[in-house]
Amino acid sequence: MTLADHLAVLPILLPLAVAALTLLLDERRRRLKLALSIGTSVVLIAVAATLLVKAGASGAVAATYPLGNWPIPFGIVLVADRLSAIMVLVTAILTLFALIFASARWARAGVSFHTLVLVLLTGLNGAFLTGDLFNLFVFFEVLLAASYGLVLHGSGATRIRAGLHYVAINLAASSLFLIGVALIYGVTGTLSMADLAARIPAVAAEDRGLLNAGIAILGVAFLVKAGMWPLNLWIPGTYSAASAPVAAMFAIMTKVGIYAVYRLSLLALGPDGGASAGFGQTFLLVGGMLTIVFGSVGVLASHATPRLAGFAVTVSSGTLLAAAGVGTPAVTAGALFYLVVSTLTIGAFFLLAELVERARGGEEDVLAATAEPFDEDDEDGGPDSSAEGGLVIPATTAILGSAFAICAMLFAGLPPLSGFLAKFSMLSAMIGTEAPSVITAPTWTLVGILVVSSFAVLIAMVRTGISIFWVTMKDVQLKVRLVEIAPVTALLAIGVGLSVFGGEVQAYMEDTAAALHAPWGMIDAVLGAPVVGGGSVSP
Amino acid sequence: MELILAIGIGVLTASGVWLILRPRTFQVIIGLSLLSYAVNLFIFAMGRLRSNAAPILDSAVEGADYADPVPQALVLTAIVISFAMTALFLVVLLAARGATGTDHVDGREG
Repeated sequence: MTLADHLAVLPILLPLAVAALTLLLDERRRRLKLALSIGTSVVLIAVAATLLVKAGASGAVAATYPLGNWPIPFGIVLVADRLSAIMVLVTAILTLFALIFASARWARAGVSFHTLVLVLLTGLNGAFLTGDLFNLFVFFEVLLAASYGLVLHGSGATRIRAGLHYVAINLAASSLFLIGVALIYGVTGTLSMADLAARIPAVAAEDRGLLNAGIAILGVAFLVKAGMWPLNLWIPGTYSAASAPVAAMFAIMTKVGIYAVYRLSLLALGPDGGASAGFGQTFLLVGGMLTIVFGSVGVLASHATPRLAGFAVTVSSGTLLAAAGVGTPAVTAGALFYLVVSTLTIGAFFLLAELVERARGGEEDVLAATAEPFDEDDEDGGPDSSAEGGLVIPATTAILGSAFAICAMLFAGLPPLSGFLAKFSMLSAMIGTEAPSVITAPTWTLVGILVVSSFAVLIAMVRTGISIFWVTMKDVQLKVRLVEIAPVTALLAIGVGLSVFGGEVQAYMEDTAAALHAPWGMIDAVLGAPVVGGGSVSP
Repeated sequence: MELILAIGIGVLTASGVWLILRPRTFQVIIGLSLLSYAVNLFIFAMGRLRSNAAPILDSAVEGADYADPVPQALVLTAIVISFAMTALFLVVLLAARGATGTDHVDGREG
């Protein structure tokens, strides 16, 4: 066994081990903790990039990793395919920049910040890599447990109130998750996703209703996380109450739900799914469209920038869910592109929102009150703890303003940036330049809603930008630290870079979508995967 | 046996859902606990109900005459997780009571 064989399990084990290590370190050794967690995310970016390249080269699956070396349908298996690799990479990038941003001040606003972020990373990577339904539940709980701590990070009545709602809703959703998994196990007798996909077509007709009920209940649990209307009323409040780096990390949290929906609906309910094929697709399409409408109205109605970002999350979720509802490979390819772009953009937007809100004079006193007790015996000392306002970077307003403009362009989908490429890819696939098929009324509706929602986002962003940069800035001296603006710039630079390499990215996404829509390659690869030592048990 | 278990799960779920929808945080936490009990029983029932079946499969056990161990393992995991989450929710609940001065879920009366 070389290290390369363990590539699939590294994204889970590494952050977990480092999280345990940071827990042992004294709370005051922040520099060391910061260095450890940033080092972890850099290594994870490298691991995810390797998986991405391997998955791109090897067809369906880059690596399977039977945990505990149990034979495949019985034990838990980790599966790293293209989609998992993409998600792990996006998570690692977002974490890296959120950590750098937090190092300026937020990491000091409460205890165990780095540990919680690393545990969240463990849960996220585990959820993206696992090939087992119940293991997915366990990793969901791991990431939720860390996120409960992170939502409350920085304390304050608003955060506690939002956190209370967040915890209650997710606990209820977890119960639904368990009911769904139990029903599916009761009918099919398996928890392995690949085995499940192979067994679903053969389920007896009298059990079909029970199976579909199980899938539907499981789907509701995912949709609570993904933020489909009307299960998403908690999102704007929680996301805008959370501290900026946490909210940026949470940009990927809704995508976990989206990932699960894409993964399971395409694996188990695809064209080969027997009588269950296409189950719930109409629901996803309609629900997604309603979510976009809800999000667009919310975006237009928001004045505070973090709240605007919170509604932007629901617009992004709605778009992805509706695209899942259309369910053709070409649309899925565009949706995956959009997923990457919108996650990174929203992450950057949450970070940026804090910077501009601070200039407007919100937030400041809340943070000052909570950061104070932790500042007293900072052994690091240095300029960090004394310079509350930070350096005045020349032309800060110009930098923030252009970052805001790029954010708006990426998210609203204006050419020539990657947001436009992703949306165009989805829309052209829906209208179907080459496909001879008749475009249905729901698809036309979705096209219209997508275009109008982009316009709504544009209006809201431009209005907010004008009120921040053209009105209030006249007599406000903007103070931003380099470590705070650098992550925002870097995230947006990735968004711009994705437009430069748009062709390559789009081609990779098309391969990913093709593999997702023809899951038999993956199912065979997983079920036929060898265990170490060559021992196999015939079922 | 099936009927009693089904009624038990039903009553627990109904009480749990009703309590979750109540305005006091303490009621919500009891509701979530009841709901998780119902879910645990439900998972257990998905392994089929049977008495006097062998728990571990070996050559001495005839055919399918054994109790399905997977749901039992799942229930064990689910119990631990829901226990930990309830404890965590309790802390948030107390923090909310301290920060807002009320035990209403929205942090204010009415």
